[in-house]
Amino acid sequence: MIHVIAFYLFAVMTVGSGAITILARNPVHSVLWLILAFFNAAGLMVLTGAEFIAMLLVIVYVGAVAVLFLFVVMMLDIDFAELRAGFVRYLPFGALVALVLLAEIVLGIGAYRAGSLDLGTPDGTAAAGTGLSNIEAVGALLYSRYLFLFEAAGVILLVAMVGAIVLTLRQRSGTRVQNIRKQNMRRPDEATVNVKPESGKGVQL
Amino acid sequence: MDWSHSLRLIAPEETLSIAGLILLLIAAWGGDKASRLISILAVAALVGASFLVAPALCQGAMGPDYAAFFGQVHADAFSSFAKILIYLSAASALVVAPAFLNRLGAMRPEFPVLIVFAALGSGMMVSAGDLLALYIGLEMNSLAAYVLASFARTDDRSAEAGLKYFVLGALASGILLFGMSLTYGFTGTTAFSGIDASLAGGLSTGALFGIVFILAGLAFKISAVPFHMWTPDVYEGAPTPVTKFFATSGKVAAIGLTMRVMLGAFGDQVDAWRQIIVFVALASIVVGALGAIGQKNIKRLMAYSSINNVGFILIGLAAANVQGASAMLFYLVLYIAMTVAGFAAMLMLKDENGNQVEEIAKFSGLSRTRPGLALALAIVMFSLAGIPPLFGFWGKFLVFKAAVDADMMALAFLGFAASVIGAFYYLKIVKVIYFDEPADAVKGENDIWHKAILVVTCVFISPLGYLASGWLQGLTDTAATALFQAL
Repeated sequence: MIHVIAFYLFAVMTVGSGAITILARNPVHSVLWLILAFFNAAGLMVLTGAEFIAMLLVIVYVGAVAVLFLFVVMMLDIDFAELRAGFVRYLPFGALVALVLLAEIVLGIGAYRAGSLDLGTPDGTAAAGTGLSNIEAVGALLYSRYLFLFEAAGVILLVAMVGAIVLTLRQRSGTRVQNIRKQNMRRPDEATVNVKPESGKGVQL
Repeated sequence: MDWSHSLRLIAPEETLSIAGLILLLIAAWGGDKASRLISILAVAALVGASFLVAPALCQGAMGPDYAAFFGQVHADAFSSFAKILIYLSAASALVVAPAFLNRLGAMRPEFPVLIVFAALGSGMMVSAGDLLALYIGLEMNSLAAYVLASFARTDDRSAEAGLKYFVLGALASGILLFGMSLTYGFTGTTAFSGIDASLAGGLSTGALFGIVFILAGLAFKISAVPFHMWTPDVYEGAPTPVTKFFATSGKVAAIGLTMRVMLGAFGDQVDAWRQIIVFVALASIVVGALGAIGQKNIKRLMAYSSINNVGFILIGLAAANVQGASAMLFYLVLYIAMTVAGFAAMLMLKDENGNQVEEIAKFSGLSRTRPGLALALAIVMFSLAGIPPLFGFWGKFLVFKAAVDADMMALAFLGFAASVIGAFYYLKIVKVIYFDEPADAVKGENDIWHKAILVVTCVFISPLGYLASGWLQGLTDTAATALFQAL
């Protein structure tokens, strides 16, 4: 019973916050609703027993993608009135794309009903061990069979980081950097000064 | 699986990764002043790693005993052969780089580190026995390469080269991944041996699409026609030592990987991909030769020359047997030697301010002002053109012979005819150097390292190189046999 209640709770919240994501007038609000939708989708994943995907949704989509969206939305100067003005003009094209997608969905479901493709049979090297949760199964493969590739993937990330820093970091002349020693050595009488400003003249510094 | 055995087999990879990490730490604390020390240490690490892989080649290592991590990595004679080429050519690019980059003010301690990691990725590519290992190696190499291409970031051409390479490389990676996912879907495995076994019953349309897309992705990486468009721009824009690195180390890695995939995973499906390779080979030879004719910049010319040479190498792949693979490796060694010599000579062409002279017209009359350098350039050009007394001829001869022996007379004939077109632009440079009025543009002085590299490689591609051909032939035969035993 609690499963059913939880499912309907998460499902309604997902669909509802998805709808508000589209309908909200303020783009920042849209992104926040999107994050709520991600959280509820993660809840749905937990219900189906895919706890690894649930964690990925929270970590990758909420933690990285949505925050990136938020940055982009806040940094870009988007004139939404202008965007909306083009709505009618692009409506036929949008409708066409929607129609194509609909046709594809119908075709896809038809093909699925007609029987699946003749795919290869998995050779079982990546099969999960019995009685393991998803996370344990992924970990057991990643840290044993695919250890070499896992470590090599780490090196790739390191190369990417080094590359990004090499290409963007530069020492500019004239930047003011914090010198903590100099700050600590400063005495109160060097830093503060007592003045008695005349009224209506402002302060001379 | 025996872990300690696997870990022993990947000793060169471990050495290079640990060396890279240590050098990165030195770079973090030492700053720009440490560039020179790090360059020296990186060269030492690369040369050391090539000594580590050499025993596998000398012993003729092949078969399942030399497969590490469930066959994901093959440390056999083939990968050993390719890795020696990769590491040594990376080291030679590193030797000439500091002088070039210091003048641009672009030398930073991360440069040698990135070269080490790129070489590490290249080494993984040629020893891949699994689609995952293939992709990880390829990306490690490519990511480092994108950064290296735009390393002289104050130079617009370098930045453009890096961006162009990155965007097109990402596209090619996407195509490759699409092909890999199709292959995985229709065979049920990512291991090369498993793919080979699974396709033995017959090739479905889906798997055929997989082969074609993988081939397209690989063709981009080896810069074969019709996926060659990025090559001239990237080769011209990238700093010259980096171009040298791409044209030598990167080329060996990509061709070695292509051989692994085509002759390993799809080794029994030769009929499905041979016609594609034949087309790509001939198109590369013709487009490379015709495209080079109008070029005025020597680096662009070398880019077209590399496209042209890849075509000749692929003729060996079309033969799809041990002889063909051996001929490819032999050609590859000669191509690397010629390219290293060519770029070393190119880096020595400097004007009085130390700026690089890249325009071919400015080389005119070089024979009178710099007879030694002119002779070296002439040897390189004649050898690239495949004029008989020079060693470059022997590589072309071997790939054509492999094609003829595999009953592909027409391919050999067309390739031979097209190589005549290629000879035209190589000889044009010789003509400019020897018979035109001196332009007197080349004046700069050079250090001993450039000269040493140039002399060694020029002696190798000169007719004296034939003395080594028996020894080299033995090594390439061992490596090619190991490639076919790798499953």
